[in-house]
Amino acid sequence: MRAVTVVGASLAGLYAARELRAQGFAGRLTVVGAEPHQPYDRPPLSKDFLTGAGDEDRAAQVDRIALTDPEELAELRAEWILGARARALDVRDRTVVLDDGRTLASDGVVVATGASARRLPGPPLAGVHTLRDLDDARALRAELTRGPRRVVVIGGGFIGAETASSCVALGHDVTVVEAAPLPLAAQLGTELALVCAGLHERGGARLLTGVGVARLRGGGVAAGAGAGAGAGAGAGGADWGRAGAEALPAVRSVEFADGRSLAADVVVVGIGATPNTGWLAGSSLAVADGVLCDDGCATALPQVVAVGDVARVGGVRAEHWTSATEQPRVAVRNLLAGRTVEAARPLPYFWSDQYGSRIQFAGRREDGDTVRILEGSPEVLDEGGFLAVYEREGRTTAAFAVGRARPFMKVRRELAAQESRAKETVV
Amino acid sequence: MIPVCRLADLPAGESVRLDTTPPVAVFNADGELFAVDDTCSHQDASLSEGWLEGCLVECPLHAASFDLRTGRPTCLPARKPVRTHEVHVADGMIHVRLAADVAATGEGSAA
Repeated sequence: MRAVTVVGASLAGLYAARELRAQGFAGRLTVVGAEPHQPYDRPPLSKDFLTGAGDEDRAAQVDRIALTDPEELAELRAEWILGARARALDVRDRTVVLDDGRTLASDGVVVATGASARRLPGPPLAGVHTLRDLDDARALRAELTRGPRRVVVIGGGFIGAETASSCVALGHDVTVVEAAPLPLAAQLGTELALVCAGLHERGGARLLTGVGVARLRGGGVAAGAGAGAGAGAGAGGADWGRAGAEALPAVRSVEFADGRSLAADVVVVGIGATPNTGWLAGSSLAVADGVLCDDGCATALPQVVAVGDVARVGGVRAEHWTSATEQPRVAVRNLLAGRTVEAARPLPYFWSDQYGSRIQFAGRREDGDTVRILEGSPEVLDEGGFLAVYEREGRTTAAFAVGRARPFMKVRRELAAQESRAKETVV
Repeated sequence: MIPVCRLADLPAGESVRLDTTPPVAVFNADGELFAVDDTCSHQDASLSEGWLEGCLVECPLHAASFDLRTGRPTCLPARKPVRTHEVHVADGMIHVRLAADVAATGEGSAA
């Protein structure tokens, strides 16, 4: 293999580039990134990045979350094409076409284009944000540092909860709105989802559940908008909540499906993400909520593998930091081998920091698993948190902890060992 | 020198965190004592809560691993080392001397 193009320059893309070199690929390596930034770590965006010192310059902000450094960049010997989006993949001659018309001939392609924040339908309004990338975080942070605001966070998942927590820390009045009867129930089950729901009130935010959002209502012009900003009615084409929103009407309230409404100066929409597969239309690669891959991250074409949030590996699309860092090793191995020689099924693991509590989850929980508290108590979180395991037929399936990193890690390691033993038995 | 705890209170395989600025973690790795900056150089996590195996400690958040003897990361995602500090035992008491470059601020503000 002489030329490999990695499409996507975030966590999974960088790890793929590292693996290519680590596994002996000596050919031409090109990494294409839609954002103008070198790879950076996203988890801090909803946490320290939002609450950090406001006078920090942009370079310092990026430096703090950078995933790589000049020394490694030199070692990787990759050509970085940043600020350019892939527009198409021609599988016949394995060419990646960029939106500026450039074409990159490749023997192998790693698809690592990630996912984009889902947005609410409706006309754009100033004060409405999503939080997915560095520029999102900067725009939100700029707004949050202008003084106390009424913030409504739509979506009670981890991004929503972390953002709400950061907004409370900055002194804002915060309400979290969740359409389901209980946030995170699908991931954690009712019992422990209730514990997480309790963190909001305890931390100083309101949580409204079981309420669907009908629309966002705006009016007037955004506070702090540039002089001469027009009414902006009917302004089209602008991206939601991005810079350039000066002429847009400002968000005023969130209206619910049941007729109620809530006044808002800032709205953060955290309702999930959609995999970035649009550029693969017409490529013959199978796409269904992600690029369809076998257990080894390989698509139907052995010269094309997919990793990270955009990849549906063995039927599962995991938007986890750990998956994005563990899949590339296997994907690259299979890409260089020309066929699937190894499966990638990392043990699901995610963590979240909210209202001063560190939450960690690992394993494969299923509905009906019973919860057993091993240490501490969910009732007295201030006294050292707690560690719980999920069990099925006497077997531990998953672990969950609040503020108990060390014992959690022990169970996580046991789960991983149990899983690799099971894998060996299958093979 | 900052007093840590009695040697008898830090058995092999255990660690303790000092609320200095920056915080420091002291480990008893199979009888040998080490002190390093407590915060993982990758992201905000406490190494004192990490997994200790020989002279290596694994970060409890993202599994970055550090060699306690040198402070150097042995695997990703960490790329920068953590600082190491001197550990002394006198009269059954463990003490830490913070590395010179942090002593001015660290020792003065030690809790």
